[in-house]
Amino acid sequence: MAKDSAQNVIEDYRFGFHDPETATIRFDSGLSEKVVRDISELKNEPEWMTEIRIKAFHRFEQMPMPKWGSDILETIDFDSIVYFLRSSEKTETNWDDVPEDIKNTFDRLGIPEAEQKWLGGVTAQYESEAVYHSIREDLESQGVIFLDMDSGLKQYPEIVKKYFCSVVPYSDNKFAALNTAVWSGGSFLYIPKGVHVEMPVQAYFRINAKNMGQFERTLIIADEGAKINYVEGCTAPTYSTDSLHSAVVELIALEGSTIRYSTIQNWSANVYNLVTKRGVAHANSTIEWVDGNIGSKLTMKYPAILLRGEGAHAEVISVAYAGKGQHQDTGAKVHHLAPNTTSNILSKSISKHGGRSSYRGMLQVTPKADNCRSKIVCDALILDADSRSDTYPTMEIGNSSADIEHEASVSKASGDQLFYLMSRGHSETEAMGLIVNGFFEPFTRELPMEYAVELNRLLELEMEGSIG
Amino acid sequence: MGEEVLRVENLHVSVDGVEIIKGLNLVINKGEVHAIMGRNGAGKSTLANAIMGHPAYEISAGTIHYLGRPLEDLQVFERARAGMFLSFQYPVVIPGVQVGTFLRKSVKAVRGDDSPSPRQFRVELKETMSLLDMDPSFLGRYVNDGFSGGEKKRLEILQMLLLQPKLALLDETDSGLDIDALKVIADGINSVTNAAGCLVITHYQRLLDHVKPDFVHVMIDGVIVKTGGPGLAGQLEEKGYEWLDSVV
Repeated sequence: MAKDSAQNVIEDYRFGFHDPETATIRFDSGLSEKVVRDISELKNEPEWMTEIRIKAFHRFEQMPMPKWGSDILETIDFDSIVYFLRSSEKTETNWDDVPEDIKNTFDRLGIPEAEQKWLGGVTAQYESEAVYHSIREDLESQGVIFLDMDSGLKQYPEIVKKYFCSVVPYSDNKFAALNTAVWSGGSFLYIPKGVHVEMPVQAYFRINAKNMGQFERTLIIADEGAKINYVEGCTAPTYSTDSLHSAVVELIALEGSTIRYSTIQNWSANVYNLVTKRGVAHANSTIEWVDGNIGSKLTMKYPAILLRGEGAHAEVISVAYAGKGQHQDTGAKVHHLAPNTTSNILSKSISKHGGRSSYRGMLQVTPKADNCRSKIVCDALILDADSRSDTYPTMEIGNSSADIEHEASVSKASGDQLFYLMSRGHSETEAMGLIVNGFFEPFTRELPMEYAVELNRLLELEMEGSIG
Repeated sequence: MGEEVLRVENLHVSVDGVEIIKGLNLVINKGEVHAIMGRNGAGKSTLANAIMGHPAYEISAGTIHYLGRPLEDLQVFERARAGMFLSFQYPVVIPGVQVGTFLRKSVKAVRGDDSPSPRQFRVELKETMSLLDMDPSFLGRYVNDGFSGGEKKRLEILQMLLLQPKLALLDETDSGLDIDALKVIADGINSVTNAAGCLVITHYQRLLDHVKPDFVHVMIDGVIVKTGGPGLAGQLEEKGYEWLDSVV
């Protein structure tokens, strides 16, 4: 019975469709120094980038798998992954020029429609590279640069060279090394001094091919007093074999700027999602990670913020949903390196049908960081007896003036809540959907409305066929 | 009197293996208000929850018919959609779910094809809330989260008026209310009594000063020991329940 219902959940994944593979260049599966060199050569990269890639590759080979996190990590077969796949010869600026199959996919995902209605710019990545890219003219005329990362490297090599690997060194962890070795695509975004970009800009990442490895690399620099709201979404087809998504995101918030980075991760249940996200916040700047993890087989992701300048602020709001066969190992890391810095972390997770969600957090206050404040709240909701939730908080407080609050709760959906909602005409599934949406509400209210509605719909779908 | 709404025959209900209701009979017709009075632990709330279908309340014998059909095969939400409503003694907190959203979805679930259009719904909601002296800011709060006792009961009655039940079960709706709130809530209840059968569970006579019962039943130890007219409530208020203990 339980097995059948779990199957329903997987079948409910609306984005599990795939198109015929239309690669113009497809590497054989497996990773070697040659593969790394070939990617760099194909992209006609400057020498220094090739060198970083090679160093990172060797580092990746040397580094052991993390011993913490999840046993599922050990099941990754790096040799079966395709590390580069080009599906379109160039990045178009008009949807009509995008190959039809690919355009249809993004139509089904609602991207062109969203772009027209409420986005300031869009990058659409399919497999290894961006197939579509645009930015509103008014933003461009204010000097905002929004490109896919490959084009960013070509057009602004000096900016990329300055910041690439400056926040996440390639030696940071095994998957950051892997990404640095084989990265392709991702976003490059620069907002000039004092420019406030009010409409969100979005990147959408789609894996279509089997056994695909997607390794986008994103670099966002907000110059002094600038403001940006960046949103990313991602989906993939449901295959019986696994795909690997391993991204690196680096944010640089210069003095007085604000970067908000929102993610709705909805990979299919055959994707390993191993992502390093980190930002550096200079004086009086703010970095906010709004991070939603609904899909994937295994996600390991701990958005981090280094509060380097006095008065900087960090905000991490995350939700994770772990269903059948899923492990969401997520969390947040905040390092208070300067005085008068503040941080808020809110983490909410739901486990259902044997799913496992873990919160892994790190809060550090260095000795010279006087008068810091931090509040951490972790709430877990467990929907059945087979499911699991764990919390692994780490705190290193080196300054006694720090004001730290930490609250954690684990709850179960109560029979009283279900009875109350059902007595108002809601089926058990609908009632569970209401409880789950309500639990995630502190997160969804931070999202642009369109995303909030979509997320609630997704969660309601997840509840269907899942009770019995 | 109107058509039969509820028929309870020889009902036995157990919770965790302990029998609480021990052979109860009750018939409620449309347009009738029945009050059930009794001390704590007499089984009053158990009766309401069992009729609504709470899974923890096991019906070990007897039958409940609603509008002529047996209830046993209907799930809780199906009972609600068929027009049954329970006003909870202890309304449950649903964190993060806004009252406005909850009411809209509940009306749609219960009234189905007869649901008002979004615009009609807003009008209906506004009028009903003003009848119950509720501020529109209620709609943005989370269901019962941080509500005072009186606010919770108002929200229960608001739901009842919007869901337009054919059978209203009101479990201690008067508890924790000051006199002004009591009047407002009584007005709310009175506005549905023509179209519905009502079962009002209470400890005290004071709600019955405002909601006139057609029948008053006294429940002791899981059975109805005495049934009378509205005057019986006054007698209980004066004399307590001791004089009835000998009846058991």
